Amino acid sequence: MITRLKEKLSALNPISITETDHAAKGYHLDVAASPAQVVAMAEILDQEGFAIEAVTGVDWLGEAAAVAKKPEVAEGEEPVVETPGEPPEEQMEVVYDFSHSGIRPLLRIVIRCRINRGTPELPTISGVYPGANWHERETHDFFGIIFTGHPDLSPLLLPEDADFHPLLKDFKA
Amino acid sequence: MSDLARSQNQETFVLNLGPQHPATHGVLRVKLTMDGEYILRAEPVLGYIHRMHEKMGENRTWAQFMPNTGRLDYLGALSYNHGYALVVERAMGITVPERAEYLRVITVELNRIASHLLWFGAFVLDLGGFTPLLYAFDDREKILDLLESVTGSRLTFCYFRFGGLYNDVDDDFITGSRAFIKRLRSRMPDYHNLVTNNIIMIKRLKDVGLISAEMCRKYGATGPVLRGSGVDFDIRKNEPYSVYSEFDFDIPVYHECDSMARYMVRMDEIEQSLRIIEQALDKLPEGPVMAEKVPKIIKAPKGDYYAAVEAARGTFGIRVVSDGTNTPYRLKLRSPTYSNLSLYEEASQGMLLADALALMGSLDLVIPEIDR
Amino acid sequence: MILHPETKKALAPFVLPGLIAGPVLIVGLYLFLTSIPGGLARVIIFCGALIIFAALNAAYLVWLERKVCAHIQCRIGPKEVGPFGLIQPLVDGIKLMSKQLLLPKGIDPFLFKVAPLLVLVPAVMSFVTIPFGEHLAARNINIGLLMIFAFASVNVLGLLLGGWGSANKYAVISAARAVSQNVAYEIPMLIIVITMIMVTGTMNLNEIVMQQSGWFGNWYIFRFTASPLMPVAFLIFFVCSLAETNRAPFDLGEAESELIAGFHTEYSGMGFGVFFMGEYANIVIGCSLATILFLGGWQSPVGIASGWWWFLLKLYTLIFCVMWVRWTYPRTTLWGLLNLSWKILIPITLFNLLLTGAMLKIWPH
Repeated sequence: MITRLKEKLSALNPISITETDHAAKGYHLDVAASPAQVVAMAEILDQEGFAIEAVTGVDWLGEAAAVAKKPEVAEGEEPVVETPGEPPEEQMEVVYDFSHSGIRPLLRIVIRCRINRGTPELPTISGVYPGANWHERETHDFFGIIFTGHPDLSPLLLPEDADFHPLLKDFKA
Repeated sequence: MSDLARSQNQETFVLNLGPQHPATHGVLRVKLTMDGEYILRAEPVLGYIHRMHEKMGENRTWAQFMPNTGRLDYLGALSYNHGYALVVERAMGITVPERAEYLRVITVELNRIASHLLWFGAFVLDLGGFTPLLYAFDDREKILDLLESVTGSRLTFCYFRFGGLYNDVDDDFITGSRAFIKRLRSRMPDYHNLVTNNIIMIKRLKDVGLISAEMCRKYGATGPVLRGSGVDFDIRKNEPYSVYSEFDFDIPVYHECDSMARYMVRMDEIEQSLRIIEQALDKLPEGPVMAEKVPKIIKAPKGDYYAAVEAARGTFGIRVVSDGTNTPYRLKLRSPTYSNLSLYEEASQGMLLADALALMGSLDLVIPEIDR
Repeated sequence: MILHPETKKALAPFVLPGLIAGPVLIVGLYLFLTSIPGGLARVIIFCGALIIFAALNAAYLVWLERKVCAHIQCRIGPKEVGPFGLIQPLVDGIKLMSKQLLLPKGIDPFLFKVAPLLVLVPAVMSFVTIPFGEHLAARNINIGLLMIFAFASVNVLGLLLGGWGSANKYAVISAARAVSQNVAYEIPMLIIVITMIMVTGTMNLNEIVMQQSGWFGNWYIFRFTASPLMPVAFLIFFVCSLAETNRAPFDLGEAESELIAGFHTEYSGMGFGVFFMGEYANIVIGCSLATILFLGGWQSPVGIASGWWWFLLKLYTLIFCVMWVRWTYPRTTLWGLLNLSWKILIPITLFNLLLTGAMLKIWPH
């Protein structure tokens, strides 16, 4: 299964595709994709009978700057320090979790998709997985990531007039 | 359905169910577009008890987030403890002592039974039967007493630690658990006689609220909802964690896809959980309940980790992203009822109000876990 | 009896007088009521007594209901206010009366106010013809049975207007349910009543009771010569009266997990209280009729010592069954309820009617 899937996904030319140790990581296949590939990948997984687990985001604010600086972080200190001036392009990541319920032991696949923090946009997969609808809405609530083609991105968990995105690293309550 | 198509151009009205409504068991609001008693569209509106646990996680140390996990699904708090402990132990590479693993299983299964019992009572209450609720609470009370004696709390447990447990159990707990198994086994036939075989129950649940396996997959529904749709899927078997692979238990699966199937799955799961507890009590090894080499300050190595457990309501997945500091960089809580509820809009279309509420009850919603 | 010692001490002086005065009062009232000659004065006095009876019934049936449900659910029930919580209904009544009657925005004030009365008054009126004992009826009229059903059908109007006047969607749904339910269940109920009229040949309730004198084999429930289906007819009558009074498992009108409180969602204070009294009065009427038509009314099962006590005993046993059913069964759905009536009960009752007619031809009474 996993090799077949790898082949199928590799045909789309993802940025990287790595098998991971389930015991150490908790998932079997880690795929880094570009925004344009996400829908096609979801379609492949759908054909293979995968179920959607979750969609979420990770804000990598400061990562680009930190990589440019030194990766070492002193103990107790905030991991990332915003660098003044013109920073390199900051990024956000959208993480899709899929699992296959039909096989034992079950197979978990993670698809990651990096997008620019300034223009957080990528196509929705809610057309493929209707269950992604709510997860994407939630991700939009928390990160402000816009899923183009999503039927309704109004706040789901946040108040209906919320104009903030609490999980952004530069969000201050 | 054809009735639905016919009614499209007739008068409809919007019924606002909740956020304060007896059937939603919490602050869930459902916007129902109705044609008489038929539901044309049911749109859940969430967020009334949203507390942004994920942000809280980013602002406290790894260990400090443990109490939060008990406040997600307050009816099955220990499963959530377990999920979080698992993911951090996975990240840190901590091995949990054998005895602690067994005790984790015992307490989690007790908690699962408590959760199912409460669901059973509340579900029958949704259907208008008041009495089973109090019977179920009577049994649940026994579990809470047992768990209170070891965890110190009765609802929002925070019993697990990275690498083990907060404290060991005593003999009273062991004998109490055994007595409880006996008691519940003798009570289950009563429940089945009173509720399961009740003609009104059967009429209301059979062939009502169909959720196909395909729909579950597309929406990511798990737990009893999925098993009631004929899919033999349980994290305890499919992705064995802790010491579940050492026990002999079955995963109840029903192929009817209706509310009755989901009901039966949960009722059978109570018996399976009892079996697990029984075996775990028999096999319970001696030894410490806490791993020795757990650092005082947890600093998970850089990277992201995922762990999933079978909570009472389905797969609870937790993804942590660590940047190597003493606080998580990102915590994603994948709660089962969030996905289970998301199929409600599709599943409830064209149903009668009473049946739709029975369907909602059969999904076993716990709102704090949906809203997080 | 679990009582606070202080309460016990306070109550002690009243126990003996109470034990003596209670029966004396009841017997006195009975003698007084039975000795009044017929006429307007009798009706007025009886009506006063009946209103008190209805109110006391409502109050103490609530208490009984709470005790019964507590017993079924392994609880204790009300116990704090008075011995066995007996003063609880009184206190509840005072609470309800002292509450403001809220008039929500957008309602029809007239309908809203008149609806609870439309439920209570017909029920109390129906008591007029009920023979509690041989001479213990406010008015012994020839068409008593007809009168009760005439009043009983006003009840549904009260629910409908209450639901409609509340301007609440839940209440409107509930009102619609209540109407379809009442219409559906009035039919089998009336068919049975027609059957009974055919058998008894009278609509006078007292006469119907008289016909069942002697031992309990003479009760109409066991009158197999009239129709072998008599026990079934009794059961159907009982089920129908459950449905008519919106009691579980047919409490679709106030299905609390669906419609919150149904037609009385918007009612507060005594508005709700009157609805409640009406509901319990209707239960009493329904069970009284079942007692009179099938269980021999005030006739003793062994033929001696007949009297109102037998009537009350039978009545409250039936009421207990009503409560027992309520706290045991879950609720049906509207469709299930209507299917039960139209597809099962009505055909059976029609068949029973036919059978009874045939039997009457064979063995004329």
